Amino acid sequence: MREPGGGLRPAYQNLETWLTLTPKEEFDRVRSEADLLFRRLGITFTVYGHGDTERLIPFDIIPRVITAAQWAHVRKGLEQRVRAMNAFLTDIYGNRDILRAGIIPEDLVLTNKQFRPEAAGVTPPRGVYVHVAGIDIVRTGENDFYVLEDNLRTPSGVSYMLENRVIMMRLFPELFAQNRIAPVDHYPEELLNTLRAASPSADPTVVVLTPGPENSAYFEHAFLAEQMGVELVEGQDLFVANGFVYMRTPAGPARVDVVYRRIDDDFLDPLALRQDSLLGVPGLLSVYRSGRVALANALGTGVADDKAVYAFAPDIVRFYLNEEPILKNVPTYLCRRPDDFKYVLDHLGELVVKEVHGSGGYGMLIGPASTKAQITDFKKRIQANPGNYIAQPTLALSTCPTFVKRGIAPRHVDLRPYVLSTPEQVRIVPGGLTRVALEKGSLVVNSSQGGGTKDTWVLDA
Amino acid sequence: MLSRTADNLYWLGRYFERAENTARMLDVAHRSALISRQDVAAADWGSVLGISGTAKSFATKYDKADARNVITYMVTDLENLTSISACIRRARENGRALRGSITSEMWECLNETYLSLQGKDYDHVAASGFSGFFDWVKERSHLFRGVTFGTMLRDDAYHFLRLGTFLERADNTARLLDVKYHLLLPASDAVGGVVDYYQWAALLRSVSALRAYKHVYREAILPWRVAELLILREDMPRSLRASFREIDVLFGELRTRYHRDYECFRLAGDIYGKLRYGRMEEIFQGGLHEFLTDFIRRTANLGKQIADDFQLAA
Repeated sequence: MREPGGGLRPAYQNLETWLTLTPKEEFDRVRSEADLLFRRLGITFTVYGHGDTERLIPFDIIPRVITAAQWAHVRKGLEQRVRAMNAFLTDIYGNRDILRAGIIPEDLVLTNKQFRPEAAGVTPPRGVYVHVAGIDIVRTGENDFYVLEDNLRTPSGVSYMLENRVIMMRLFPELFAQNRIAPVDHYPEELLNTLRAASPSADPTVVVLTPGPENSAYFEHAFLAEQMGVELVEGQDLFVANGFVYMRTPAGPARVDVVYRRIDDDFLDPLALRQDSLLGVPGLLSVYRSGRVALANALGTGVADDKAVYAFAPDIVRFYLNEEPILKNVPTYLCRRPDDFKYVLDHLGELVVKEVHGSGGYGMLIGPASTKAQITDFKKRIQANPGNYIAQPTLALSTCPTFVKRGIAPRHVDLRPYVLSTPEQVRIVPGGLTRVALEKGSLVVNSSQGGGTKDTWVLDA
Repeated sequence: MLSRTADNLYWLGRYFERAENTARMLDVAHRSALISRQDVAAADWGSVLGISGTAKSFATKYDKADARNVITYMVTDLENLTSISACIRRARENGRALRGSITSEMWECLNETYLSLQGKDYDHVAASGFSGFFDWVKERSHLFRGVTFGTMLRDDAYHFLRLGTFLERADNTARLLDVKYHLLLPASDAVGGVVDYYQWAALLRSVSALRAYKHVYREAILPWRVAELLILREDMPRSLRASFREIDVLFGELRTRYHRDYECFRLAGDIYGKLRYGRMEEIFQGGLHEFLTDFIRRTANLGKQIADDFQLAA
């Protein structure tokens, strides 16, 4: 919120006035109203799932503000990154030029757990691999944006972006009158357009494939299906016949052209992938391979958001686009490299160590915040399986004013914009989901680790 | 619409209607028992089990079919699929899976009904004066139908929900009439003999037909007229014919919408034709019990055919 010298960043001026002028009691009132609204929405959400077991993610009423100039920079960077990732996936499941050019070690890709041999030689209908990406970025200086993770499989959280905005507009209509804030509520429409563009058919039928009500993100699946006006299907609702995918309807089988699947690769098709999967559709892969159904995202995108491949992202951008990366990459030490391995073990106290396939903030070591015992324990784990770990320096993440027990205090935030790709263009709804680490000094924003969310404002110029 | 969605809607309709019918049966048993000798009162409670087809499973849990046991079994027992609590719970479960297909008003009605039923037992029913509780269940069912009628888009989702309602209702009215008719008919008398006015009035009241009877026939309650009212009268909303007229209309809508003919349309048309063009004299000649047994069997077959044709159970 403040510039390095302590001055107020201009974008926050309106907000500062608002925070200063509004009496404390008013904030208390509004915060409890926000809680109530969320609980009510939460109830609406949890009834999809299982009773009251679903947790609400804490919501902070102070928005995170991004200037038009910053956003223009980020948007260009995201477009570039996602275009490069799509080119990378097309290549490694096709010619493998980047491997032959020696830019990325072959084994890092081909023996990667997320690499799908079944997808090799298959071009997805209309050529796009990553239709929906959720790129996690952080800011360290005015225009210094780093990508933390690419999330190219089934990124979630976009329903929070939409609901946070609905709640904020209900609570503070005057703020929206005073500030020119870019709207986000057309996301479902953009998503539907993107999914329709994934099929060569002129009037394609799109469905959302969910693992079912037991899944923690089920409400989001149901929410997006409802917002797009398409069917929310489970594996049992689909079947394969005559080389096509159909859904069962009372009017007879209805052909499905695009499956926005929110289940992992492994579970898509018990005939071709995990045989014990009850979530998938037998034969789906064979239809996909013949090009008669589009999967969004395509099979095998996980290999490109792997944390070891991440280290090569700048090279990937340069190789395919012949451009310099706009967004920065956090310097990454691959423990599989002997030099890096040695460096990491010597500097564990200053580094963040992550599992290559980990996610959700699990299985990581934050050196500066860890005890000697934890560091010793992690050292053994790395020595036992170096290839499974990468390490990065900690970043001086930007903070945003946040309500905490004692009033308003700075807390670290990150941002997950949702990037939609068609063969013609890349589209991004301004902003994204801001996640905030509610513990003082904490850098971990994952909701599974007690993080919260904020509304994200991209100010119109 | 998915077949799974159609299935959920169809069963949501059936379960809520079944809960209402169970309340109606219990209410008539309660009213009859009040005015009967003790041995007859026992038969009244037993007849509830006969109508719902639960006599056998009831006997595995209870020795005696008295008010407390039957009400406990038919109101609160979740293992008994015709109990009010079980029906409402399953209706709500279906509704929960349908959040995209039903309106929020419908969901709230379902959810509130379910929540209000939590912890209700025999003592609660007794404290409400029995009929108070049964009236409440009927009111919730009326409310749900009204909210559905007033808020739901008239698409195939609506038709499947209504289909469940009327199939369940036809089945139940037939069962009620089959069991009660022979219970109330004095053994020595032929049809048309002297009968207990109050018992027959209670039967009519259980299907909200007492006033209708008086209005239509303007004479004392005659058993064969009661049968006619509940079987062949199209203007009597809970009669077999009225239920099948609704099913006929719904199938007409689905035929137009899906541009297809299904075997279940033919089966339903066949049953409706018999109700529409049948005469009471012929029904009695062949035997009322035989007619109703056949009707219940055909209705069950229709249910199976509906599931087959629309792939309801995937």
